[in-house]
Amino acid sequence: MERVNIIGAGLAGLSAAITLAKSGVRCSLISSQASERAQSVMAEGGINAALDVMGEHDTTAEHFADTMKGGVFLADPNAVNGLTSGAPEIVNWLHSLGVPFQYENGHIIQRNFGGQKKKRTAYAKSSTGKVIMTALIDEARKYEAAGLIERYSHHTAVDIVISGGACTGAVVRDVFSGETRVFPGKVILANGGLNGFFPGQTTGTTQNTGDLAAVLFSRGVEFANLEFIQYHPTTAQIQGKRMLISEAARGEGGRLFIERGGSRWYFMEELYPELGNLMPRDVVSREMYKVLHDPQCGGQTYLDMTALPQDTWKHKLSDLRSEIIDYLSVDPVKEPVAVSPGIHFFMGGIYLNEHHETSIPGLYAAGECACQYHGANRLGGNSMLGALYGGKTAAHNAAVSPDIPAGATQDIPEPVETQSSHAAASRLCNILLSGLGIIRDEQHINAALKELDGCVFSGGLSQLERRRFQFGRAMLMSALERRESRGAHTRSDFPERSDEDFLRTTIARVVNGRISIEMRSIPQRRAENEVHA
Amino acid sequence: MKYTLEIHRCSREEKHRYVQMFSYTTENDSETIATVLANLNAQPLVDISGNSAAPIVWQCSCLQKKCGACAMVINGKPGLACARKLSECGSTVRLEPLRKFPVVEDLMVDRSIMQENLRMMKLWFESSAVHTEKNTDIGYEASRCLQCGCCLEVCPNFASGGEFTGMAAAVPMTRLLSELTGEQKKEASRLYDRHVYEGCGKSLACRSICPAKIDTDRMLVNSNAIAVWKKLFGR
Repeated sequence: MERVNIIGAGLAGLSAAITLAKSGVRCSLISSQASERAQSVMAEGGINAALDVMGEHDTTAEHFADTMKGGVFLADPNAVNGLTSGAPEIVNWLHSLGVPFQYENGHIIQRNFGGQKKKRTAYAKSSTGKVIMTALIDEARKYEAAGLIERYSHHTAVDIVISGGACTGAVVRDVFSGETRVFPGKVILANGGLNGFFPGQTTGTTQNTGDLAAVLFSRGVEFANLEFIQYHPTTAQIQGKRMLISEAARGEGGRLFIERGGSRWYFMEELYPELGNLMPRDVVSREMYKVLHDPQCGGQTYLDMTALPQDTWKHKLSDLRSEIIDYLSVDPVKEPVAVSPGIHFFMGGIYLNEHHETSIPGLYAAGECACQYHGANRLGGNSMLGALYGGKTAAHNAAVSPDIPAGATQDIPEPVETQSSHAAASRLCNILLSGLGIIRDEQHINAALKELDGCVFSGGLSQLERRRFQFGRAMLMSALERRESRGAHTRSDFPERSDEDFLRTTIARVVNGRISIEMRSIPQRRAENEVHA
Repeated sequence: MKYTLEIHRCSREEKHRYVQMFSYTTENDSETIATVLANLNAQPLVDISGNSAAPIVWQCSCLQKKCGACAMVINGKPGLACARKLSECGSTVRLEPLRKFPVVEDLMVDRSIMQENLRMMKLWFESSAVHTEKNTDIGYEASRCLQCGCCLEVCPNFASGGEFTGMAAAVPMTRLLSELTGEQKKEASRLYDRHVYEGCGKSLACRSICPAKIDTDRMLVNSNAIAVWKKLFGR
């Protein structure tokens, strides 16, 4: 078996690397910075698995049902079934690697999270991503020492090699030396979400530039559900980005309110008596948008954590408190924190089948760069799970599929000119924000498309920038084509959900230089005992 | 408010070192050094004498003290650019790359020795970790290490490539030691003794420098007790 190339060393990349190493397959783990700098270290609230340790008779079937319902049935049900059935094994494996999940009376403690009625989220205060990453980096080190994982921690993938319709390598630039070369072999993409299309406007890292997504799209790789962007309800603007206030704050009892008629209106609790502040994120953000635009209301939404017990602050959220004090100059123990929805996660990404294979043979994807598991809206606590399970699945399938002969041409594809200016990036960002807000309509999306085309026609963009604009165009066209409201995609001109026309995956791809959008059917769920095709 | 930035730069190819001064004006003196660097690079850069300058190379990722990428020496003291505010710096801000690591370009250094040291210390589990309520909290604290290198920068005993691996290895080692059992625990204790305990001069320079505010005393006390004292007293 040829060496496999993994692009990205966050949770999905590490999970893939460890899975390959365990089955004796060598891999190159390629990342622009060390794993400690990956966006995964910023994940806060926890990871979901129906461990059934909280005396609530939780089951993987309920985790499946909540995930499908939270994603408004847009995810591949067979993939989700694998995810939720495999979740307890993943969390127990992490525990065996020494992840310090909250642990009392001989078992892991789980907390409430949005869109789920049972305590299913394992956590370590609100630094769960960081402690899981530490354990996985340590585990990967074991296989590095054994020569199975080779780290390239200052290397960035700029392109892939496609030969005879299949992916036969990655084009990789050494960030330190500036040299570019081809890493032959299959490629697993684990390069994170599309934050880079919204610089300064997301909770994520500045490292996810979106450049690779734009180049892959231009090479013909299919992308799916690009219109589904998760606005997290509780974020605040800080320098250079949005800061996330973990959903754990509401899981532990935090309440959202807005001033109305001189008193506090706890709108989520009034509108959704059952789950209240813990409705799925798309619902909470949409309601926040409405009350923020209601002239009867005070124009600022707040998260009130002042009633949380001292013990909760000390043992479960101490890190969150110090972060809020540091960056927002508010002590959440004493006063409510001003919050508003901000871009947090991309449900859409590289189109995959259940086996994490992309539209190009030899090319796999996992984690936020891919479209898998989360449908129209991701549940909190499912992202780390999806990255870990996805990395494992991609690696497993890459390991069992035969090597693709490299063919005669192993040359670097014609390099994409890589300059990109801040001015062009922020222009594109503003255009996308105008068409892809929490509430959308045809008029605004068309206006955004027109403005985007104007920018491209007026020239002055580098090759890479033109590809980025092309990718942005695909995001807008996907949103235009979905003439319904579902999950994170809310159309004021099509407020109803339409399963008949749109219980489908939106596929965007480039054919002969033009973007095509297609609504593709979602696989049917197999019966439990049916053999995996 | 007007600031002068004194940036200690280095060219990538020839490793030519030079100092370049920039003028920076802002209304907001709670801007972080990361914001200042991003703003400087967002437009064609001109130094204080009006000469055009190449963008300043530095590393960043999370911008909120969670990843350690942007560690550098700010007015002589190592720290994260995303945490240090202009208001803490005075009207002249001197930015230098971390000095314990090879400089790649400008403020970007090669910290790969830190990964190599952790490999040398065999920092991984050969068998399942053992959890108790007590070691869960130690494990949590130790897991928070950013691998930024600030503690190594101030350490009088750490030198890149030396036997002593410093607090950046001692902290992660604390998690391993507290969750290990059996034969591997003995081996890990031996490696800790050799690469941490023997080399630490107890200057405690690392004590207050950690951007993640890890309680380094607690980590050392815990690991010394497991790896050194229990062994000496035959327990």
